[in-house]
Amino acid sequence: MLTKRIIPCLDIKDGRTVKGVNFVDLRDAGDPVVLGKQYADLGADELVFLDISATQEKRRTMHDMVLKVAEQVNIPFTVGGGISTIEDVDDLLHCGADKVSINSSAVRRPNLINELSDKFGNQCIVVAIDAKEIEGKWFVHLAGGTIPTKVKLFEWAVEVEQRGAGEILFTSMNHDGTKSGFANEALAKLSGLVNIPIIASGGAGTVQHFVDAFKTGKADAALAASVFHFGEIPILDLKKELKKNNIEVRL
Amino acid sequence: MNLKIVNYGAGNIKSIQFAFQRLGYNAVLTNDANELLKADKVIFPGVGEASSAMKKLKESGLDKVIPKLQQPVLGICLGMQLMCNYTEEGDTKGLGIFNAEVKRFSNTVKVPQMGWNVVRNLKSDLFKGINEGAHMYLVHSYYVKNCSEAIATTDYELEYASALENDNFFGVQFHPEKSSKVGEKLLQNFLEL
Repeated sequence: MLTKRIIPCLDIKDGRTVKGVNFVDLRDAGDPVVLGKQYADLGADELVFLDISATQEKRRTMHDMVLKVAEQVNIPFTVGGGISTIEDVDDLLHCGADKVSINSSAVRRPNLINELSDKFGNQCIVVAIDAKEIEGKWFVHLAGGTIPTKVKLFEWAVEVEQRGAGEILFTSMNHDGTKSGFANEALAKLSGLVNIPIIASGGAGTVQHFVDAFKTGKADAALAASVFHFGEIPILDLKKELKKNNIEVRL
Repeated sequence: MNLKIVNYGAGNIKSIQFAFQRLGYNAVLTNDANELLKADKVIFPGVGEASSAMKKLKESGLDKVIPKLQQPVLGICLGMQLMCNYTEEGDTKGLGIFNAEVKRFSNTVKVPQMGWNVVRNLKSDLFKGINEGAHMYLVHSYYVKNCSEAIATTDYELEYASALENDNFFGVQFHPEKSSKVGEKLLQNFLEL
């Protein structure tokens, strides 16, 4: 049976791992290559590296870091942040990234998803969606959550699937950094609307939150950062608990 | 060890090279027929869409070379699918090395299958020291129908062939280069065939 995936997310700024609370107030959690290798050895199923400053500062993701990660890490990883052209993606895949994640650039020019999917295959195109629930409606936000749009989450999710996304990484801005659980209702709705895998992101604080994301939220994978980076939830313990809750995981 | 990777412009080759590097081997990319014929072992990778990958193979003439190879050859992911008779993807005729057909998963499951699934019914030396039920990393929308050449099966929508063997030719649907220590064990086994 296909297992549920646990994905540590390494937010990168200036080549270092950081994690913000609600996307601000950054804290330092180490060298991304060392941390990535450690996570692979400790049982992470996949890794995501997000260059969180890239879009705002129009910086391209560090190719050197991607090469070093590919050299040392024996599990799949996704790279995101500031990716807006076919050349960006080509470069990252050539450096050894397995997938790329696009976000703001896809909202600004949706046809980018089609172009990337046609050229590289949908299996390596992750569309990340940061959304915020405002008076009962979910709206997509850009540039690390700093720019609101009128794009509606569920309509956008269906569109990105049709355009050739291979996976959706959904971050609830209402939950991100709060450690109060994932946005399970929205996750379950997304999972029913599209037929590609959904990665849940934003809100992980306890083991039970992961159980809920998989059981109630119907997520295919769950992503978190600080609970892993600061050792609050060891990945192996988490996966054993998930197994006890009858959730299939790789142990 | 003269280890070559078939280079026809298909996908992420770097991670395969790095995986062998971690095992202490240098895997060299080549599209030269003589280089491939002389190699001790050949890796046939593939990521992307079947008909365009097949077109690239034909343009380089490698579609004629690969079936003639005498040494152990390992097709990975789309590489394995192209070694079959036929794939539904782009209505593409394959290399015919494996007597098998490639079909698309139906929409009763999420497509692509993405993540770690188990391999069972392990039959070949390729899986020496690897346990029934070991987890491998897979990303694919098309699958090889179970057949007599299957040396491993995986369940997703149905039981399909996740590895194949015919004489010196081997194919794996999963990505051993991304399947942690179990995947490294399989690559090591391949090098020792």
